[in-house]
Amino acid sequence: MSIKTDDDAVSGVKLTKRQRRASHIADAAAGGVKVLLLKLLLLGVVDAVAIYGVVILATAGQWLVAAIVVGVAAIVNWIYFSRRKLPAKYLAPGVIFLILFQVFVLVYTGYIAFTNYGTGHNGSKDQAVSSLMSSSLERVEDSRAYPVTVVDQAGTLGLLVTDADGEAMLGTADTPLAPVNATIEDGRAVAADGWSTLQFADVIARTDAISELSVPFSDDPNDGALRTPDGASAYLYTSSLTYDEQAGSMTNLDTGTVYQDNGTGAFTSEAGEVLMPGWQIPIGADNFVRAVTDQRLTGPLVYVTLWTFAFALISVASTFFLGLLLAMVFNDARMRGRKYYRVLMILPYAVPSFLSALIWAGMMNESFGFINQVLFGGASIPWLTDPVLAKFSVLLVNLWLGFPYMFLVCTGALQSIPDELQEAARVDGASPWSVFRLIKLPLLLVSVAPLLIASFAFNFNNFNVIYMLTDGGPRDASAPIPVGHTDILISMVYKVAFTGQTRDYGLASAYSIIIFIIVAIISVIAFRRTKSLEELS
Amino acid sequence: MATNDPLPTGPGAMRADVADNFDDLSTRAAVLPGRRGGAIRPNNKRPFNLRRWFAATGWRHLVGIAIVIFSLFPIVFVISSSLNPNGTLTGSNALFSKIGLDSYTRILNDPKVPFLTWFGNTLIISGITAFLTVFLGALAAYSFSRMRFAGRRFGLIAIVVIQMFPQLLAVVAIFLLMSAIGDLFPAIGLNTHIGLIMVYLGGALGVNTFLMYGFFNTVPVSIDEAAKLDGAGHARIFFTIILRLVAPILSVVALLSFIASVNEFVVASVLLIDTDQQTLAVGLTKLVSNPRYADWSAFSAGAVIAALPVVALFLFLQKYIVGGLTAGSVK
Repeated sequence: MSIKTDDDAVSGVKLTKRQRRASHIADAAAGGVKVLLLKLLLLGVVDAVAIYGVVILATAGQWLVAAIVVGVAAIVNWIYFSRRKLPAKYLAPGVIFLILFQVFVLVYTGYIAFTNYGTGHNGSKDQAVSSLMSSSLERVEDSRAYPVTVVDQAGTLGLLVTDADGEAMLGTADTPLAPVNATIEDGRAVAADGWSTLQFADVIARTDAISELSVPFSDDPNDGALRTPDGASAYLYTSSLTYDEQAGSMTNLDTGTVYQDNGTGAFTSEAGEVLMPGWQIPIGADNFVRAVTDQRLTGPLVYVTLWTFAFALISVASTFFLGLLLAMVFNDARMRGRKYYRVLMILPYAVPSFLSALIWAGMMNESFGFINQVLFGGASIPWLTDPVLAKFSVLLVNLWLGFPYMFLVCTGALQSIPDELQEAARVDGASPWSVFRLIKLPLLLVSVAPLLIASFAFNFNNFNVIYMLTDGGPRDASAPIPVGHTDILISMVYKVAFTGQTRDYGLASAYSIIIFIIVAIISVIAFRRTKSLEELS
Repeated sequence: MATNDPLPTGPGAMRADVADNFDDLSTRAAVLPGRRGGAIRPNNKRPFNLRRWFAATGWRHLVGIAIVIFSLFPIVFVISSSLNPNGTLTGSNALFSKIGLDSYTRILNDPKVPFLTWFGNTLIISGITAFLTVFLGALAAYSFSRMRFAGRRFGLIAIVVIQMFPQLLAVVAIFLLMSAIGDLFPAIGLNTHIGLIMVYLGGALGVNTFLMYGFFNTVPVSIDEAAKLDGAGHARIFFTIILRLVAPILSVVALLSFIASVNEFVVASVLLIDTDQQTLAVGLTKLVSNPRYADWSAFSAGAVIAALPVVALFLFLQKYIVGGLTAGSVK
């Protein structure tokens, strides 16, 4: 009798419906009560988290995301309560993370690449309008003084205002004034439900935050805002800019200049003057077009791409040849103490690479480093600051970091080659060199080739060694983005997005997509060559 | 040199009288009776010849010494400067000129440099990431290895393809996603360890799954079937039988994942904003961003402390690692 359930059908035998049902019953019987309880408990936790998430998302008005959370939770419950779906039970946890933090961010990167997201274009148009208005607030000359009390709710400051009729109003930097239930003493609101009143000492301690606080008077930004210099009385401030929502334009009341929204993601005057901040808009393929046609950007993109390839190829080649050489040198049973050599030799691989790169950066320092001061007797060799030498240094350090890995791999591969082959060749009169070239190397390459490709892919994106050692430097002064002579593509993306005065998320994402396309093409070619996916039966 | 030297000393001692067991290599060299081997028959032994010894193994030692110097000198340098009580970068150049533990005290007690917090953060983040990566990866590898289902081949290929787009390329999107999550759920968003771990787990199914998948395939299916005959369900088979049989590859993947997260800089530097939340890679890099003014000995002391657990773990598990690396490549 053969017992087959759908999960051990490795032999590929199709099961009848009856057999499947029998196997499910057997499976359920094998589970036990404890397993069931644990399953219920874990699913309960998942559902509780999901419900909490949905409540928060719904409160914030994020209906689409809330719906997705509900959907995912439903699928998870369905998978784990179902008697079938066995593979899904094992795949679901990893796949959820994979979809959220690999697939989704990949798609999202694609979306950002088509926007002008970055410094000065961080938010929506409404945010830009209110930010512009509040940055140009001026106190209205003869406005009355509103008695105020500064209140706090979980770190958010609010102003509790008593208006002309003695009514209490409350607002924060984000929410305009609205009527509120308050305790009134001497015609002045002093406390509101759910808010804690700041005492005098607190007001003093948070003076800066309080004097920065401006509470919009109403939903219309043109109505101005209340600000309090002392935490006791507030004055009406209006903006020197007025916003006309119909026309979508900003007018500067002092100069009379009109700034139009002409679709560039910022208010622009006829003279070309731009009001910052702007807002985020889709700009089509502009980032890509800019990356490949703007002459100041194409130069860096081309030489960074070339250097990335050179860096990855030379790194793989140099580490492989040194590793192979050492593997052959030490692959001799007559030699004693190889164990000790090996342990000492793989230390560079064991030390975390960010530390090694920082240490090398110290040793290669032009004026104070160990290499110049001690090894070269006080010479000032610009290891990290000369464009050519910096490239050499990066390669040298990467050789140091990478050869032990190749040594380990090649040792393993060499030892898996049967000795008989070599002996047979010897008997036939082959020289050691031809034994190596014609027998060992081809056999070695068969098993090592996938690792060489993986190593190439790793070095193609080997951010740490570049960033920690040279920071991509020496800097290319002619480029408008912070790029240097040893930058590889990945470090260029990082610098465009996260360093320097302006952060250009859109351009950085466009570069990411370009890199992805390059890597994808290489991988397709590599896989065609190695056919390593053929074995996935 | 004496022709009949019964107990070789000096260079002669290098002769393989007892072949050391270097990775179970079959020994082709003549195994002579050794010191512990009982009878020594000097007459059977060839006379020692320096030239012949050098041609056979001596030059290998020269290569070995050269490569060991190349491997060790940055490590010796950093140990030396960590022992320098009060060293700048220049002061660290005279190796072992001064010995003291002052710089260790400095890095551990400097109020401006929360080294121990960074260290703890790194261990927690990398430890949890490694554990969960192995767990999620093993679950997936088990289903790929033992079950046949629609989309299985597609799933395997999809994992490879998605992995080609490394997470750090999507760092802008990750940053924006996490800051959006942080607005609504501050506990798991930007500047939290949970958030960073979740991002790292996005890569749990990937190269690691492949290493494990290959290893799972080497465990005979008949074991599963025997257990099933005895009435074990799939969960019991997985947790109590399979996971134990594949323990070597699990430790390799855990170690590789641990080291990868210890080394990870880009995502950590973008997501972790407060100094107290950061990891060693982010903190120490900022600490010596200008090596000229940095307290170089204190940094070196920190580097030594930071590297010790990883190096120890690595040397402890190196046999498995070599096996895992080659097993993963030669499927």
